Amino acid sequence: MTDLAAFWVRFRTNRPAVAGLAVLAVVLVMAAIGPTLYPTDPFDMVGRPFLPPFGAYPLGTDVAGRDILAGILHGARISLMIGIMASFGATVFGVAVGAVAGYYGGWLDNLLMRLTDFFLTIPSFVLAVVLVAIFSPDIVTIVLAIATVSWPSVARLARGEFIAHRQREYVLGCRALGMRDREIILFQIMPNALPPVVVVGSLTVATAILTESGLSFLGLGDPNLVSWGYMIGVARTVLRSAWWMAAIPGLMILITVLAINLVGEGLNDALNPRLRQR
Amino acid sequence: MTAPVLEVVDLVKHYPVRRGPFEPRKIVHALDGVSLTVRRGETLAIVGESGCGKSTLARCLLRLEDPTGGTIRLHGADITSLDADAMRPLRRHVQIVFQDPYASLNPRWSIGTLMADPLRLHTKLSRAERRVRAAELLAIVGLGGEFLERYPHELSGGQRQRVAIARALAVEPDAIICDEPVSALDVSIQAQVINLLMRLRREFGIALVFISHDLSLVKHIADRIAVMYLGQIVELADAAGMREGAKHPYSRALFAAAPTVDPVPGVSCEAPIGGDVPSPIDPPSGCRFHTRCAFAKDDCALTAPSLRAVEGRSVRCHYAGELDFARWAGGSS
Repeated sequence: MTDLAAFWVRFRTNRPAVAGLAVLAVVLVMAAIGPTLYPTDPFDMVGRPFLPPFGAYPLGTDVAGRDILAGILHGARISLMIGIMASFGATVFGVAVGAVAGYYGGWLDNLLMRLTDFFLTIPSFVLAVVLVAIFSPDIVTIVLAIATVSWPSVARLARGEFIAHRQREYVLGCRALGMRDREIILFQIMPNALPPVVVVGSLTVATAILTESGLSFLGLGDPNLVSWGYMIGVARTVLRSAWWMAAIPGLMILITVLAINLVGEGLNDALNPRLRQR
Repeated sequence: MTAPVLEVVDLVKHYPVRRGPFEPRKIVHALDGVSLTVRRGETLAIVGESGCGKSTLARCLLRLEDPTGGTIRLHGADITSLDADAMRPLRRHVQIVFQDPYASLNPRWSIGTLMADPLRLHTKLSRAERRVRAAELLAIVGLGGEFLERYPHELSGGQRQRVAIARALAVEPDAIICDEPVSALDVSIQAQVINLLMRLRREFGIALVFISHDLSLVKHIADRIAVMYLGQIVELADAAGMREGAKHPYSRALFAAAPTVDPVPGVSCEAPIGGDVPSPIDPPSGCRFHTRCAFAKDDCALTAPSLRAVEGRSVRCHYAGELDFARWAGGSS
């Protein structure tokens, strides 16, 4: 409780982070209840194509006469869900790899880190494209592909934290008591190692949303789901005649990613107060 | 007579180090042939400069580090190469109190949780019973039950060290290794913690292995004193003998350099040793102390002396008992 209160006091003083949190909250609410309040199916051809915004439909219609507002609201849900699930998966897997490598060291560390390096050296977007192209482009594959390219940096960070903590006296004390490695890793070191990982994990959400948008733009999104990237992809051929069609979902991506980054920076400052002076 | 709590024979701990991928692998000789026993209920002090291997010895005794060679016996049973599972139930016999009470308590857990850990791991007490026992243990070290709800950052250094001692005490150990337990504390608090440790030794018959570089303190509280230099014990004597005068030139200089309460003019200021401790990567040949010893002769650099009995103690010096320390005192400035 006291920890949480102190955290909030520190976080609150960071204005950009609070602003980011507010924006993010709006986007989340939009994604959560938007499709219910505005139940138009984003794939329904509701009217004439190329209708500009603020006419019959609040944000106009796209090349096939589909309601853009419906696309934005339903797409928010998909984009955020993919972003959050992919970075959650990447964080859990990355932390597991990093914790084992950092805590045990030796050949296990070497093996796991060479594997991590292997993934780090491949350009992540290209790898994501290849993974989605090999398997069928559906939401599960996309989430897994984004998680696959995102976990190595989390693993690197978690490993560093575990190396820093494994020789600390509180850990040695627990070992002297005969505590099992599993308990030391999960309940002794993990709570101390997690703050920087949470920061990187939150920033990964932004990257994951961008990656998903990129995949959808290239036509590698789930064909049954509307996402912001898919909407940009559809609109790109008519950029000169109907720029708003790409600009609206583009703006959504921009402010969402920006908000997540601001919140992540705020988390960093609030969770790692010692680094604040930098 | 029953077996000693801990017995170490010829313990060796080498760390391989490599400065770069193309540098040859070198070896840090952290411990080189350390032998000692920890008897029931005694206070054994281990003293020496930084880097002499005191803390490595402590970690090997607890099997937190795997020794490179030698034997560790706990109550007469060889525990040198027991695996983690076999070691686990034996861990309650020997506990450790670390130097820095700010690093030895996990900041994320309350004192109550920290105190319950050893009880959960080594007793069959229920959750409620553990809580009662934790409060009892805190009372033994002079802290009230209200501390159970607090977190380490709310406690002072002295209070934290008391918690660390109570935690070690929870498993009813036969020996507690104290790795510089008071050197991170305020002077005014140090005496309280020392007195607490001494009281626990008296009341519970717990042997204390007291690692320290505070020689005046050690002379005061220890039953026996082992002096270490570059991974070896150079002198092991009872405290009375050490007070009368060390026989190894290194321990002699070490104790002479320690400030005393009432210095006798002209006697207390024997020549301090000059120079720095040589690197444990390439320890000197022969007697490891010969590079800094005022009495070194030619053969000291050639043959390594072994620990031998001289006047009721063990000394690692070819000339122990023959050295004229008075000459040394006269020669100093």
